Amino acid sequence: MNILAFVEQRDGKLKKTGYEVVRAARAVADELKGEVMALVVGDAVRDIAGELGAFGAQRVLVVEDPRLAQYSTTAYSKIVAEIAAREEAGVVFLSATAMGKDCAPRIAVRLDAGLAADCTALKVEGGEIIATRPVYAGKALTEVKVTSSVKVFSLRPNVFTAGTGNGSSASVETAKVELSHEDFAAKVVEVTQSKGKLDVAEADIIVTGGRGLKGPENFNIIEELAGVLGGAVGASRAVVDAGWRPHDEQVGQTGKTVSPSLYIAVAVSGAIQHLAGMSSSKYIVAINKDKDAPIFQVADYGIVGDAFEIVPALTSEVKKLLGK
Amino acid sequence: MKIIVCVSHVPDSAAKINISRDGKSIDKTSVTFVISPYDEFAIEESLRLKEKNGGEVTAVSVGGENHKETLRKALAMGVDKAVLLKDDSQRDSIAVARAIADYTKEASPDLIFFGKQSIDTDNAAVGSMVAEMLGLPSVSVVVKLEIKDGRVMAEREIEGGHEKVEARLPCVIAAQKGLNEPRYPSLKGIMGAKNKPIEERVPTSSPLRVQLLVMRKPPAKNAGKIVGTDVSAVPNLVKLLHEEAKVI
Repeated sequence: MNILAFVEQRDGKLKKTGYEVVRAARAVADELKGEVMALVVGDAVRDIAGELGAFGAQRVLVVEDPRLAQYSTTAYSKIVAEIAAREEAGVVFLSATAMGKDCAPRIAVRLDAGLAADCTALKVEGGEIIATRPVYAGKALTEVKVTSSVKVFSLRPNVFTAGTGNGSSASVETAKVELSHEDFAAKVVEVTQSKGKLDVAEADIIVTGGRGLKGPENFNIIEELAGVLGGAVGASRAVVDAGWRPHDEQVGQTGKTVSPSLYIAVAVSGAIQHLAGMSSSKYIVAINKDKDAPIFQVADYGIVGDAFEIVPALTSEVKKLLGK
Repeated sequence: MKIIVCVSHVPDSAAKINISRDGKSIDKTSVTFVISPYDEFAIEESLRLKEKNGGEVTAVSVGGENHKETLRKALAMGVDKAVLLKDDSQRDSIAVARAIADYTKEASPDLIFFGKQSIDTDNAAVGSMVAEMLGLPSVSVVVKLEIKDGRVMAEREIEGGHEKVEARLPCVIAAQKGLNEPRYPSLKGIMGAKNKPIEERVPTSSPLRVQLLVMRKPPAKNAGKIVGTDVSAVPNLVKLLHEEAKVI
């Protein structure tokens, strides 16, 4: 069974999650004895698409159109679904990013396919793909099988390993899909990126501050630690609800579910809805002055003490280690 | 302006989740069910648009009798009508979307609101699916919305930033936290909601395309070690992160 892997690009650069999707597709296709086709959609993206061969794509397809420079939910969904049908891909992989989460459901409807969204693991058993997907923000895990003839899977960012390319390249084919005015009934007219801001959903290291920091003005110690670690700043729900930090930093059941390599929770008590969103992190560090705080129940390493003393000390110790 | 707002009935985010004996569902005993939090932003936005432009807001939910609690909450907040597409069977996202799309086709609203996801199955799929089924534009994860001269200007959250999206009406909008501050139902609203009828309909059926094989608790995380009790523990922590965990 052949797999079509949709690879997201922004500003003419392939996203890291795109490599993850191609690599995951390769692993599954090997077991299903199928081919991996990577698809890149945008304006003038041909030159960046070739390297996907090094991550396991046998074929790389590009659909180029100046109108596709920015995302359009209808146009992008139509392109992925039409290419999947035309190339007889039985499986479509996407990344469960803002873009992938938006278009995967549309693609599933167009292909009359079941969608397994935001998968965190995949395996093949008896020729069938079995996907693990967390529910209730990770308080429970499910294993699901898509039973329709075409199947769509979106993969949680940062969980599947992209690795490095093997040096091989694939030839890039241009594909055409007819697009009408109606296919742009919703279109992105402007993108604003917070400069240099790493999103918690994409970060490999997250430093989260909680209510114990007493006020928004004290988040500088969190920002500094995240800065030296090359990580993102996260926030607990209490902190976001109090208006100290923006919602896009919220980790937990009504924020983002994250699985970084290192999660440092500072002055976060560890409410159930917060733990649900971060306990699948590889390593968890808790810093809290209350030794009975629930966060210590999930932490690999803990320091009981005053965050205002410990965090700056930690920042300078890390600086020393990294020679910064 | 005719608005439909779709709501779901889910375990409270503070609820502990345990797996029932069948190994495929949650144990519902002693779990409090509430309206999915993101749906409150969707309701609030619907009500504000109605207050500004006039019209009617209808809340719709797909599920069993217990979903009426959530529909009553929507009525108490101020929606005009509530419709339960009553079905106790298990539905995947497409099957839920099919039920809503078929109901909505008949009602032909200007806007269909959703929360960006239900906090139970976390698929974040039904809104976009309904839009596709009805051939409508959609914007998901919306934190800012303006409707002017039949056009939608919405801002949606993406990784590390925002996208401004322009769309035509009718349109599907999936609300994210930050779009507004949902109102609390007034006492009058709550009392009034008790007597308002909730229309029941039998939704169209749709085959399951995603089969749940097993549900389990994630592997329990063992509490790790307390490295120390004050700032003197910091060098040791950094050493452990560097040498044992190898994450820095």
